[in-house]
Amino acid sequence: MTATISPSPTPKPVEPGAPPPAEEQTSISRWIPAAVILAAWVVVWYFTNGTQTLALPGTSRTDLHDRLTEFQNELLAGRATNPVMQFTNAIADALRSAVEWLQRMVVLPNFPRPVPEIGWLGVVALATYVGLVVASWRIALLVAASFLSFGVLGYWEDSLDLLIITGISVVLAVVIGLPLAVLIGTNRRANQVVTPFLDFMQTMPTFVYLLPIVLFFGIGPSAAVVSTLIYALPPLIRIAGFGIREVSATTVEATDSAGQTYWQRLFKVQVPMARKTIIVGLNQTTLAALSMATLAAFVNGPGLGKPVLAGLRINDVGTAFVPGALIVVMAVMLDRATTAASERAEKVARGGGGDPRVRRGLIIGGGVATLVAIYLSRTYVGLAEFPAYSIGDRVASAVSDGVDWFTGTFGGATEWIKDLITNQFLNRTQALLADSPWWLAFVALAALALVFGGVRALVSTVVCLAGIWYFDLWHDAMITLNMTLVATVLVMVLALVFGVWMARDRRVDLGLRPLLDAGQTIPPFVYLIPVLALFGPSRFTAITAGIVYAAPAAIKLVADGVKGVSPTTIEAGRSTGQTTWQEITKVQLPMARGSLVLATNQGLLYVLAMTVIGGLVGAGALGYDVVYGFARSEAWGKGLAAGITIVLLGVMLDRITRAAADVRRDDGPGPRRAFHLRLPIGPPNN
Amino acid sequence: MRNYRSRAARLGALATVAVVVLSACGGGSIEEQTEANEEAASDAGGECGDLNMAVNPWVGYEASAYVVGTVAQDQLGCTVNYKELKEDVSWQGFGTGEVDVVIEDWGHPDLEKKFFAEEGDGTAEDFGPQGNVGIIGWFVPPWLAEEHPDILEWENLNKYASEFATSESGGKGQFLGADPSYVQFDEAIVSNLDLDFKVVFSGSEAASIEAFRKAEENKEWVIGYWYEPQYFNAEVAMQRVALPPYEEGCQDDPQEVACDYPETDLKKIVGTEWAASDSTAVDLVRNFTWTNEDQNVVAAYIAEDGMSPEDAAAKWIEENQDKVDAWLG
Repeated sequence: MTATISPSPTPKPVEPGAPPPAEEQTSISRWIPAAVILAAWVVVWYFTNGTQTLALPGTSRTDLHDRLTEFQNELLAGRATNPVMQFTNAIADALRSAVEWLQRMVVLPNFPRPVPEIGWLGVVALATYVGLVVASWRIALLVAASFLSFGVLGYWEDSLDLLIITGISVVLAVVIGLPLAVLIGTNRRANQVVTPFLDFMQTMPTFVYLLPIVLFFGIGPSAAVVSTLIYALPPLIRIAGFGIREVSATTVEATDSAGQTYWQRLFKVQVPMARKTIIVGLNQTTLAALSMATLAAFVNGPGLGKPVLAGLRINDVGTAFVPGALIVVMAVMLDRATTAASERAEKVARGGGGDPRVRRGLIIGGGVATLVAIYLSRTYVGLAEFPAYSIGDRVASAVSDGVDWFTGTFGGATEWIKDLITNQFLNRTQALLADSPWWLAFVALAALALVFGGVRALVSTVVCLAGIWYFDLWHDAMITLNMTLVATVLVMVLALVFGVWMARDRRVDLGLRPLLDAGQTIPPFVYLIPVLALFGPSRFTAITAGIVYAAPAAIKLVADGVKGVSPTTIEAGRSTGQTTWQEITKVQLPMARGSLVLATNQGLLYVLAMTVIGGLVGAGALGYDVVYGFARSEAWGKGLAAGITIVLLGVMLDRITRAAADVRRDDGPGPRRAFHLRLPIGPPNN
Repeated sequence: MRNYRSRAARLGALATVAVVVLSACGGGSIEEQTEANEEAASDAGGECGDLNMAVNPWVGYEASAYVVGTVAQDQLGCTVNYKELKEDVSWQGFGTGEVDVVIEDWGHPDLEKKFFAEEGDGTAEDFGPQGNVGIIGWFVPPWLAEEHPDILEWENLNKYASEFATSESGGKGQFLGADPSYVQFDEAIVSNLDLDFKVVFSGSEAASIEAFRKAEENKEWVIGYWYEPQYFNAEVAMQRVALPPYEEGCQDDPQEVACDYPETDLKKIVGTEWAASDSTAVDLVRNFTWTNEDQNVVAAYIAEDGMSPEDAAAKWIEENQDKVDAWLG
């Protein structure tokens, strides 16, 4: 069936010859009212600062917070009789037995056997074989190398545990997510209803819902699967839904005219044509699931998160680094394998994919070898239990030594940078935002939203700020907002410098990409200790952690945007003899402006996602409130209020930047469409 | 194409050969061990059963948990499941049977209200002190106590307040608050004693330790919330600042606190249902008690020497079998 349809389900191409009309005038003029508002703000601030800031001491709570806590307490008190909990506990039991069954297959001794059913050799062979069948021999090699690195570095069991949790979560995400994706892809109203829930699931800090999850689903593997699922589900629904929605209307109409039913249209036209986008969604969901590894470990979820937290507990960066790096290895492996698998499926669908006889030979030969390996791993202890190597420990202590040397050598200089940025930049903007009376900051922010994003942004901003005010954490919210804004400015500086550099020099691009991937996937808990050693517990430490996490995404977006600038335009400029600097500032950056706005938007949300990590390293404010609520159940309500406030801040910043992008007429349809997708997702751990 | 096929065939052959070679050095047979396990299972009485030991996230706790767990496993034949959880989550687990023992509790009046029989659902009970004494207070790094001995009296803190100022403390001295898991009244103490300080929360134990370590190395001015038993005190002997002494009731109203923290007898908390069971581990946990020094030894094995908690516990048990025998009764 698919062969009769145009096999290219890629989104509509950028309309050719849609030249950006020069809107310099409007974009400059917006800065004038903004400056006026800012000036008026400072004047009023001068007379009123320090009053009505609504500051609440770190360990204090309000009646509202206690009422929210009471809600959790009531759930707890009624847990024996609550029918919903009995239902969720039954689900939890099923999840737990599924995880345990898989663990007995490949990780834990399956009593009375002293070892699992399938030993390490069998597991490696099986995984490699899967890589070979779904993708190519290159991917098979990558898979084999990754699996061997899990064992050689000494984390065989934890790695497989993480794979099991991730695998079950992704399967559930597909089962739950695909029908929802079809729904939002074919029904506009459903899309409007579901989207806010997805926003909420992705921005609500995990620490806030871990306690209720334990209540409903118990401790351990079941809680790990459920919390992972909550965080990993939205990308699939969003992206797959987007893909289905974007299937060309002409194709749908053309096939409709043949008199097809709803289901025929869905399964023979829309889903096949959106297949590539759906796979992208699956890929993003898998990576999001992996990024929950360390958080799941807070409720005894099995996996590589446990050794990372153990390293943090003894303040040993090397101990945390090795399992953290293995999470990156696993992410790269799954990312490349799913991408290659989808490309291969695409090729096969188009009738390519090599000689089927060769392929059959490979599959049969590989299958026999795999079966032999499994048999052997069931028979010999040495092939069942991964041999112990000391290389993991050596890597750990080398990393620790290296970090010690680094912090010892540069500790003084970093202190100086911290004080400079904090005193000259961070404290000043914070004084304006957080020391203003709340009504002043409220009005000023709303006015700025109106200037940059128009009436729509104004409405969202007023609603969000009213919500923030209601939840009694105004002062903390302003401090967090300030840190988020400052960090995003620094992120954008990095994004401009490295993004342009990468776009202009292919070798730089090739060299930096793996580092950027690692920055996005390595659990922040790994680099907390060295960053703390450099900067001490402070807001600047939190900002640094936010930058490490957010800059890669922004840099990639800027690089891709600049690369997308049409070469003809650049050639035209060159022929008039402009300098490189002129080329960058007058042609490449203005033409990539849509990407810059998108990078800013993503930068803001990524930095915001690190708020809770900031609370763990001395940044205080909302991050601390969330951690406090998770650590002490009598303050759970305050943590919930802080979590909702973070969501509201995120929605506000997102709507303002989106509206600002829509006000500009000059960005290509590509980036603007991506806003509705909110790629790439993966805030880690909050 | 022919080429491809032969490559596939070669690949398969290569894999088979590799596998056979590997199997040659593959060690003992699994089948024999399985039979041995089956026999052992039918011999064992299985008096202890499962022991679900919560492991709260600090090294001292880990030391206590693994010492008790290792004794239970090696000398009573229990199946010990260690569950890494925060305090509040652990207490929730008593009711569902997911957690049996919390081995080191620093006092949680709110949790006792929810889970003890008197006011709550009765899923947890107090199993008596475990021997460690928790000392909480305001501490400074040793170099500071040496060069300015009068800093160890709270009355002199304001004199030095400006020295403690950082970019975080808004012109006042910075007081480093702790991980939010711990009971803290520092904001109230600062304001009720009219101290020119601002509490900045480190947010985690890791952050506090890094700050103290750095302060001692570079002779920086730091004062903060700290405690004992704590393995880090062996590396940097933090010095306690005397606040107005604790008196019964002086911490009842959190807003009005103006006194030091009391010494706390750390307790064992267990699940009521488990405590009533006939598991042989119940008596072990009931009898378990040791000193701050004991705990610091094991904690240092873990944190300083990088041993796994299991190995650290086994080493201490081997060196202190007499104490262990007393727990086994």
